[in-house]
Amino acid sequence: MTGRVVAALLAAILLAAAPASAADIGRVKRATGDAAVLRAGKKLPAKPGLVIQNADVLMTGPGGRIAVTFIDNSRFSAGPDSQVSLDTFTFNSTTHDGAFVSRVEKGSLAIISGQIAKKTPDAMKIRTPTSILGVRGTRFVVEVAP
Amino acid sequence: MNAAGRLTALSLLLLTAACAGGDKVLLLPPEPGAAPGSVAVLSDDGKTAAVIDTPNTEARLGGASVEARAVDPGAVQDRYGSLIDTLPAPPAVFVLYFREGTVTLTPESRPALDALLAEVGKRPGAEVQVTGHTDRVGHQAANDALSVARATEVASMLVAEGLDPALLVTAGRGEREPLVPTADGVREPRNRRVAITVR
Repeated sequence: MTGRVVAALLAAILLAAAPASAADIGRVKRATGDAAVLRAGKKLPAKPGLVIQNADVLMTGPGGRIAVTFIDNSRFSAGPDSQVSLDTFTFNSTTHDGAFVSRVEKGSLAIISGQIAKKTPDAMKIRTPTSILGVRGTRFVVEVAP
Repeated sequence: MNAAGRLTALSLLLLTAACAGGDKVLLLPPEPGAAPGSVAVLSDDGKTAAVIDTPNTEARLGGASVEARAVDPGAVQDRYGSLIDTLPAPPAVFVLYFREGTVTLTPESRPALDALLAEVGKRPGAEVQVTGHTDRVGHQAANDALSVARATEVASMLVAEGLDPALLVTAGRGEREPLVPTADGVREPRNRRVAITVR
């Protein structure tokens, strides 16, 4: 029991320090051809390991592809000529409460939902120019043709 | 234009409409081992307007109503095969176990360390999340802290094994996600664990 108390105190001290990577919401796993991440007006070339942050935009040109895994285990794959805005991402790794709203402006996006959608149906949403989709734990494709 | 000609023109018109731009959603079969899911089309106020819950069905969005139609699996593969194949691999999970109330690993858990380090090497752009769990002895707040302490201990162990600290994040789930469900206050070694997710 004493060990448990000591460990709890130790952890409380560690918890007090905010994680340096609070804004990181995922990482690029695959990128081919013309693929970039738009962040605060800057275009970053996408490559495996690039950290994805809230409000980033995934962009591909003709022949480009980009795939991302998020910290709630959600996974995205965007096809050529696509633009996907990651508008909102909040996630509590202790409770799994969160919200994840993305917007497919154009192109194609394959989605596998993660812990946010598993904990709370419709907490993960995909917007298109005409619609809002609520994700209830699944794998699907959204396409927005010009 | 004769009747046959009009029919052809009408068919072409329908075909054009079917191929025209716009938004659509296609539900895929779940990954092997995953539960089947569904996608809801929501109205602006968040109410459910329609639900697509049959794999390999597709619905056009933005119209007055949402009608799902079946799509041949071969056609799904033709249209979206590359898109689906580009999806990242599912995260791999490794589990390590602890002595009661401590952050000391059980000896049996050592080999799992090597397996997970090998997995990190196989994945481009890998990241590693270390998530601590407890059994249901003690209060929830204390268990939240203990679960974080276990995760932190394993994280430093992984760094000592040569893992880049920049790839590591830690989390504690306390007693919320027992491997073996028990009543509160029950000692259960299988729930005193750390799960390491390699993404």
